[in-house]
Amino acid sequence: MNGVSVILKRELLSYFATPLAYVFIFIFLVLSGVFTFYLGNFFEREQADLTPFFSFHPWLYLFLVPAISMRLWSEERKTGTIELLMTLPVSRIDAVLGKFLAAWLFAGFALLLTFPLWITVNYLGDPDNGVIFTSYLGSFLMAGGFLAIGSCMSALTRSQVIAFIGCGIVCLLFVLAGFQMVTGLLRDWLPLFLVDTIASLSFLMHFSAVSRGVVGLADLVYFLSMIGVWLAATVVVLEIKQAD
Amino acid sequence: MLEVSHLHKQFGDLTAINDISFKLVPGEILGFLGPNGAGKSTTMKVITGFLAPSSGTVTVWGCDVATDPLGAQKHLGYLPEGAPLYEEMTPRTFLAFIAEVRGITGAESADRIRSVVSTMSLEAVLDQRIETLSKGFKRRVGLAQAILHDPDVLILDEPTDGLDPVQKHHVREMIQGLSKDKIVIISTHILEEVTAVCSRAIIIAGGSVLADCTPDELESRSRYHLATTIRFSGEEQLNTHRDALSTLEDVSGTDVSASSVELTLFPGETEGSSQRVAQQAVEYLRGHDADVTGIFQERGRLDEVFREITGLEVRH
Ligand SMILES: Nc1ncnc2c1ncn2[C@@H]1O[C@H](COP(=O)(O)OP(=O)(O)OP(=O)(O)O)[C@@H](O)[C@H]1O
Ligand SMILES: [Mg+2]
Repeated sequence: MNGVSVILKRELLSYFATPLAYVFIFIFLVLSGVFTFYLGNFFEREQADLTPFFSFHPWLYLFLVPAISMRLWSEERKTGTIELLMTLPVSRIDAVLGKFLAAWLFAGFALLLTFPLWITVNYLGDPDNGVIFTSYLGSFLMAGGFLAIGSCMSALTRSQVIAFIGCGIVCLLFVLAGFQMVTGLLRDWLPLFLVDTIASLSFLMHFSAVSRGVVGLADLVYFLSMIGVWLAATVVVLEIKQAD
Repeated sequence: MLEVSHLHKQFGDLTAINDISFKLVPGEILGFLGPNGAGKSTTMKVITGFLAPSSGTVTVWGCDVATDPLGAQKHLGYLPEGAPLYEEMTPRTFLAFIAEVRGITGAESADRIRSVVSTMSLEAVLDQRIETLSKGFKRRVGLAQAILHDPDVLILDEPTDGLDPVQKHHVREMIQGLSKDKIVIISTHILEEVTAVCSRAIIIAGGSVLADCTPDELESRSRYHLATTIRFSGEEQLNTHRDALSTLEDVSGTDVSASSVELTLFPGETEGSSQRVAQQAVEYLRGHDADVTGIFQERGRLDEVFREITGLEVRH
């Protein structure tokens, strides 16, 4: 466990040692605002809740999460520091976990910085803060799932651009799997149980369930196993092609 | 103890390591020599557990690198080729990170860091971002990182590449100053480094070991080993005496250096012939009042041995 925490700490510090962290947080906050107030018709709805804010999160994460995750392993490959890291007495699992947790904490921190929105709705009305809390939780879990996919994509290549695109595409597939237009289309082609299986793998389904205020065990298991599976895949990828 | 046995490494069709075996005991300093692409770095990557071998085993201090990499890596200090570092950190934060990963904490950590910072003379750049350091300083940070935990086995891939002469000297002193219960492997393209610091030299090319001996033995393989070289005051002096000198008893051949003022007399095969050649040459030169600025016996020329062993010799 020492390995996980030491690597986590180093990674977190290195986020803030470059402008990347600040640029990311700035963009995240600006886009959150734009989506919520303009595209989400926050005021016109005349409802004191954060539904418009959260409903855009899967789409927002599609290009913001790859921006965090792309450098996780690609940069280590590119600069050769992977050789340093992997010859220190730290197991691969610890390294993968440490890096992932750092990225996840960072994403969580950016998410926390949207608290002015929460203050705003509480000022304007009387929202269900329980729902808002579970939505935040769901959003955080979803970010973790996206990041775990990004970690695996980043481990595959030394190019951050390819890691970005790879993560974006795979995440898109996992979002679209539950999109009504897509499930509707699939229904014409595939047996129902298959469509349901595919839809149940979707981020969208589980996220919307959680953001309605109910954290079901199934949703929790879904997000955590999504993270577990993709992190395990990262470990395997690193094991197979560590030196390339 | 470090034991490498029947190591093979295949990259697709390319055989990077082809059956390398050797065994090192504490106190040995091994110099790894070989032309570009010989497989030196690849061998080091396998020893440190970064690369898995295609076949063969590596045991470091009793830990099999394949089955217990973490155990082996605790004993290892490693400077990878090109000294990769986390560029956004400073030497101070970087070394603190390495200490922490290696489980060194508190006062001990501060002590160790202070010690390696002074060994590598890093005081002036401690708080400068690594990406802005000069190449030599980066290498020194990489070396500091490798020796931070006072490892039992130190593996350095071209440690003195890019260092200024003073720092080169420091690094060699540092390596020689390691206590006698350590094992060191360095790879280098600087042959004199091998005679200066190593107790053993292995030459590899094409992934195979071509020579495994002491630097002295390597020198003795040279045609120049114990040959007598005379430096004349000018070219015409050399030409005057060349024929007479080359017909001295025991002289099996001569060579004139590129500068055309040095004449080398190679001794024959028989016992004591190198000594006789030297004595006769001195007597001859005295007797004929030759204008000589120097005369000495060669130790052997490593670059020539290296070219010959690796098959890169250009015949003249
Ligand atoms: N990841 C890799 N994939 C494919 N081939 C590789 C890989 N790493 C090394 N090689 C090949 O293995 C051979 C040995 O390379 P290595 O880096 O060990 O040489 P070296 O002796 O360290 O050379 P140099 O003196 O240039 O540092 C080379 O032919 C190299 O191209
Ligand atoms: Mg090399």
